[in-house]
Amino acid sequence: MSKIILARILQGIPVLLIVVTATFFLVRAAPGGPFDAERSLPAEVVKNLEKRYNLDAPVLDQYVDYLGNLVRGDFGPSFRYPNRSVTELIATGVPITFELAFYAAVIALLIGVASGVIASVRPNSLQDYLPMSLAMTGICLPAFLLGPMLVLIFGIWLEWLPVSGWGYSPGDKILPSVTLGSAYAAYIARLTRAGMLEVLLQDFIRTARAKGLSMPGVVFRHALRGGLAPVVAFSGPAVAGLLTGSFVVETIFQIPGLGRFYVQAAFNRDYTMIMGTTILLSCLIVMLNIVADIFAVWMNPRLRQAK
Amino acid sequence: MQKLTAPENMTDSLKSLEHIEFEGGRSLWNDAWIRLKRNRLAMFGFWVMLFLVSISLITPWLAPYGYEIQDLELGASGPSLAHWLGTDTLGRDLLTRLMYGGRVSLLVGFAATAVSLVVGVLWGIVAGYTGGSVDAVMMRIVDILYALPFMIFVILLMVVFGQSFLLLFLAIGLVEWLTMARIVRGQVQALRRQDFVSAAIVTGLSSGQIMRRHILPNIMGPVIVYITLTIPAVMLFEAFLSFLGLGVQPPQSSWGVLIATGVETMEEYPWLLIFPGLALSITLFALNFLGDGLRDALDPRSASGAGGIYE
Amino acid sequence: MGAVINRKRRIPISVGIILIVFTLGGCDLGPTNVEQGNREQILHLGNGTEPQDLDPHIVTGVTEHNIISALLEGLVGENPETLEPVPGMAEYWIVSADGRAYTFFIRETVKWSNGDPVTAQDFVWSWQRMLSPALAAEYAYQLYPIKNARAFNKGDLLNFSEVGVKAVDSKILEIELEYPTPYFLSLLAHYSTFPVHPPTILKFGDMDERGSAWTRPGNFVGNGPFKLKSWRLNYIIEVDKNPHYWDAGTVKLAGIRFYPIDNIQTEERMFRTGALHATSTTPSEKIAVYQSKAPHLISISPYLGTYFYRFNVTRPPLDDPRVRLALSLAVDRQAIIDSVTKGGQIPAYSFTPPNTQGYFPPESPVSYDLEYGRVLLAEAGFGGGEGFPVLELLYNTSDGHRRIAEAIQQMWKKGLGIDVRLVNTDWKVYLSRTNQLDYDISRAGWIGDYPDPNTFLDMMLSDGGNNRTGWRNNDYDELIERAASLADQKERYQTFEQAEMILDREAPLLPIYTYTRVALRDPSVKNWFPNILDHHPYKYVYLQSD
Repeated sequence: MSKIILARILQGIPVLLIVVTATFFLVRAAPGGPFDAERSLPAEVVKNLEKRYNLDAPVLDQYVDYLGNLVRGDFGPSFRYPNRSVTELIATGVPITFELAFYAAVIALLIGVASGVIASVRPNSLQDYLPMSLAMTGICLPAFLLGPMLVLIFGIWLEWLPVSGWGYSPGDKILPSVTLGSAYAAYIARLTRAGMLEVLLQDFIRTARAKGLSMPGVVFRHALRGGLAPVVAFSGPAVAGLLTGSFVVETIFQIPGLGRFYVQAAFNRDYTMIMGTTILLSCLIVMLNIVADIFAVWMNPRLRQAK
Repeated sequence: MQKLTAPENMTDSLKSLEHIEFEGGRSLWNDAWIRLKRNRLAMFGFWVMLFLVSISLITPWLAPYGYEIQDLELGASGPSLAHWLGTDTLGRDLLTRLMYGGRVSLLVGFAATAVSLVVGVLWGIVAGYTGGSVDAVMMRIVDILYALPFMIFVILLMVVFGQSFLLLFLAIGLVEWLTMARIVRGQVQALRRQDFVSAAIVTGLSSGQIMRRHILPNIMGPVIVYITLTIPAVMLFEAFLSFLGLGVQPPQSSWGVLIATGVETMEEYPWLLIFPGLALSITLFALNFLGDGLRDALDPRSASGAGGIYE
Repeated sequence: MGAVINRKRRIPISVGIILIVFTLGGCDLGPTNVEQGNREQILHLGNGTEPQDLDPHIVTGVTEHNIISALLEGLVGENPETLEPVPGMAEYWIVSADGRAYTFFIRETVKWSNGDPVTAQDFVWSWQRMLSPALAAEYAYQLYPIKNARAFNKGDLLNFSEVGVKAVDSKILEIELEYPTPYFLSLLAHYSTFPVHPPTILKFGDMDERGSAWTRPGNFVGNGPFKLKSWRLNYIIEVDKNPHYWDAGTVKLAGIRFYPIDNIQTEERMFRTGALHATSTTPSEKIAVYQSKAPHLISISPYLGTYFYRFNVTRPPLDDPRVRLALSLAVDRQAIIDSVTKGGQIPAYSFTPPNTQGYFPPESPVSYDLEYGRVLLAEAGFGGGEGFPVLELLYNTSDGHRRIAEAIQQMWKKGLGIDVRLVNTDWKVYLSRTNQLDYDISRAGWIGDYPDPNTFLDMMLSDGGNNRTGWRNNDYDELIERAASLADQKERYQTFEQAEMILDREAPLLPIYTYTRVALRDPSVKNWFPNILDHHPYKYVYLQSD
């Protein structure tokens, strides 16, 4: 097992290198530079700026320089925020967004798996339709819609919860977490139900039932492991999606997280910041997918036999 | 920024399924169709989708107004006899805009989902079934595509190819197939270890035949579910791409764009959010009923009488 | 199957969630920022986007202005109502008869927030920093009226002592200008000309180092009415009263909290729930609601800016002034203001806003006149829109720009029978396309840097970086350059009027409206006066609930 994990981590190196290289050239090829603004600058000022940020060197040299700095752990200064390094910007955003994503993931998994399992145990009954309808409603309510709605109801009409912030006043973490988690809860509910139905129809479940095991026993002892396979496959990218998707929620709720940096960097053509966030994201994706795959093996012992 | 995907239109995807099932043996598709027809909910979904698609097709003849015709003095007004669903802030008829928007959204939803379906399922099956280094390379490519900054990518695509609808499908499909591939691969890996596949290998079937006959039918459940999740996500994703200038250009609209702008005025002019939201929800529910019905109908194990692959 | 399902399991989950919401919902949210702020004289302000930095020589935006003007002060300040220059760091000044030499006398009592005295040398040092090529200050051109400043910034001149700024002694500063610049004092109220504390800069880096740590809380040393207390990225910047400020007796606020809020809907919701005293802007659909239900919370005031469309005059048929005028004549500006923007904007038929420091643009040949528009279009060979190509109207993505573009698209279609295609892109693509003249018609806005017509009219110089239309006119260039050399304000304005008439006649631009500032503000905020730059010197502001 550890050998496989090591191999996977090693595979991450070329992945990272390709992502870094492609992103480096893509952002420079995109129209508009970091210093383009409403007011165009006198040529002498532009020249000064380009010199300051090494943008007047040939692109290949810039690339080699960048890689060199990267190896030393230097992500460079942000173009948009001249007195901050990319490392610092990421460091301020990461804990907040990770916390937000964590709560959202917990909400999504708890609600999603629970309602998916409940629905699958008795397909095509009220017990199926009710949670599934809720799930579908959740899918229809993307964050940019659900967020303002929740704020309106709980923040403005009922005045129960703050309309913005993250850890500044009591209860201000609830609405953002629910907003971000609900769409994923809906996905997970649907996928769980589908996965569970596949498993519940299989022979070993029928056998277990025939032996007189109770349904909850069957579900928890046998079915859940296999039935969650699609969810596990989905969860790797989903968690990465939580991080990038948190942009919408962070904007609505005025949360100083990484999502805003990630999206703003692209809009601002903040080259170094785009690189920094992209590298972080690719590391996450590589790691999360490794975790998801290990989890899949753990849940389905058959995957272990071959090789 | 999640997004998902679906087939050109339902009948096309059904046709492709038909093909698979015929190869599997005798006319399983007929059985499936009979089972589907017995499922009232699924048929309800089927008729709703048929209705929506037909409306879209004849919208230019049916719409009460032009989608771009404004009445600035009227501005946003609630539902009335003249404007059944009210008007937007520029005084344009919402019903008309919803109908035209539906054309865009349904087309984008189905076409982009079809792209992701074909690419994602093929990629996932091949990677999952073949395993080893082929699997590793294929899945690392998926990882790379996940990690690239998508916005920059879209902006560049537009610079190179200009703004076109085809590009829109491509851009969405490009994103959507990734998760599909991962889900399919996970399922296939599990299936590959099962006895019936080993048995098929022993009987000398080629890998291609095994993938088609034994693997594909058995992953249809999660795939169909994921498709039904993908379609609405794509419709909403299209609104985001419109923000970058890739989606529909005003004064045209789509459900996703209508919803996104409706949110801004939901307190003042709630109908601008409610009706587009309803349109999307109805589509989604119908698709899910149909999807679940299809899943059940196509499930080899639920075939009445004649045992599925398992027995 | 599944006869025995655990129904109970479902209940605890849902009940649990509801319970959590209720418990937390039940807890008292406490006094709002506004309530508490009024008690403690702390002002809470919505402030657009996160500032790039707080270094006055690096930044370029309005959000940065709002914060820096609390932390630093220039030679002159602004009258909060009229924006007229008032004594700031300088107690008084003398201007030579030809308008090209200024002598400033700096107050004896002025100190930096660490207690050091503010000296004339600090200004010389600060402007040398601002003009150093290595600092790459984007607003360096604000100092170009000073003799030899441009050459020094360009790197052609290496000896700063040849630049027209000298400290005679520690309190007397002499400035020599390249040409008389009647708005020079207004420039000195702009943050790009503010002084910085040399020892602090040098403590954290070189004089011309970009992005050193000196602007961080704890490091920042300023000379303004407030000092930097904390700075949390994308969330809040806190400033508290500076006891070393020379006019601390006037300052009534104990502190200000600036919130960078990207989303204007969020900002409005925060205002509504008492988290903010004032917003930086207002969503257009909310304007009518506030006007009818809570008029005491909303204020609309003219703003020194013009919303307009650019024509790419290098592309036919837009190379024909008749076509451009026809398009301009067919735009019903009043309808756009009444039905689309709804912010009480002023219809614009000339580029410079009316009453820019006493300047009024001359009578424009443009009005809303469809008949004349059709005639001109026919003269240009496109009677009834026949044969007119489908042009692209480019704008950067935003709901406001989209709605205006959609309305104008319809006006042209209905009024002139011509079709245009709307194209939206993200901000940077939009900028790059307009810069490269890769468009037909594009949306634009221009906000004046200082209250003077020059800030608008010099944009259209043939070689101006912000012209972006391809329009060139030698007569126009000569008039603008002549105006720069004139010291007499009346003669100068007449020259601007002549230039503006050329601009109106040639119509490379399609002015749409003069901006207004529509902001939500709690009535407890006092001494906050509307003015065309939307500047509100905080030292006069105080809070008092009625």
